[in-house]
Amino acid sequence: MQFFGGSEINPSPQVPTASGNNAHMMYVFNRNGVCLLYKEWNRPLHTLNPQQDHKLMFGLLFSLKSLTAKMDPVNADKGNLGVPQLPGQGCSFHSFRTNTYKLSFMETPSGIKIILVTHPKTGDLRESLKYIYGLYVEYVVKNPIYNPGSPIKSELFNTALDQYVRSIS
Amino acid sequence: MAAIYSLYIINKSGGLIFYKDCGTKGRMDTNDSLRVASLWHSMHAISQQLSPVNGCSGIELLQADTFDLHCFQSLPGTKFFVVCEPGTPHMESLLRYIYELYTDYVLKNPFYEIEMPIRCELFDINLSQAVQSDRVALLGR
Repeated sequence: MQFFGGSEINPSPQVPTASGNNAHMMYVFNRNGVCLLYKEWNRPLHTLNPQQDHKLMFGLLFSLKSLTAKMDPVNADKGNLGVPQLPGQGCSFHSFRTNTYKLSFMETPSGIKIILVTHPKTGDLRESLKYIYGLYVEYVVKNPIYNPGSPIKSELFNTALDQYVRSIS
Repeated sequence: MAAIYSLYIINKSGGLIFYKDCGTKGRMDTNDSLRVASLWHSMHAISQQLSPVNGCSGIELLQADTFDLHCFQSLPGTKFFVVCEPGTPHMESLLRYIYELYTDYVLKNPFYEIEMPIRCELFDINLSQAVQSDRVALLGR
């Protein structure tokens, strides 16, 4: 799938049609499962402590990716269930919806996973996730002081992200 | 054109009790279908734990690159899920209809042992009819 745009941040794809905040929380993981970023805007229910929550989320996504790669009805040659897939290999899911939330997921070729948990009626957020990845590249990756694999502490990134997510309808 | 690739029914412990594959290329053997069903059962449960608000009843729709997966969980805990082409409409009502067929031809069958694999001919026949009407696109594949 086509992934990379130009070298600058793509213009924001969403026109805000509703004010207010639709997003509950957001996670960014790297390929080793380290949670680089966790942001919470609206989360009334905390079932587990943060470490367990991150691990559970990563585990769920890892298993779901394995499941979708195996269940793919179109490709004839699939690996065995449980074999770790490379980023981009095999069919991957991009979102799932329950009655209380919708989770949108994107994995980059470098293994960075961006997850956004929103209201269940939210539309397709793939373009938004790509834009968020663009923000990550600009504010985090290009920051010479940032140590890859460590949690993100960039104020500029947090502000830009906050502003963008609040504008998603 | 929209098409259904496969249907799974899982009992409340996560065991696969019915599996029907209408696809051509992505066929799985029995062991794999059992594993996939159990995996789905666990994922469904875990997704409830990660909900930001109360009252989550698990994944209802999973959207992937090449397929959509619609899941319906009945009150006793039996899960019905169908793998279909992305964007296939009316899958929720199909799943509810399949649930009705299940209650009529399987649960009301006095020889059927609950939670065991389904071996009811009438259920198969009626299910094929229900799926046929949605399966026009699979003809000639």
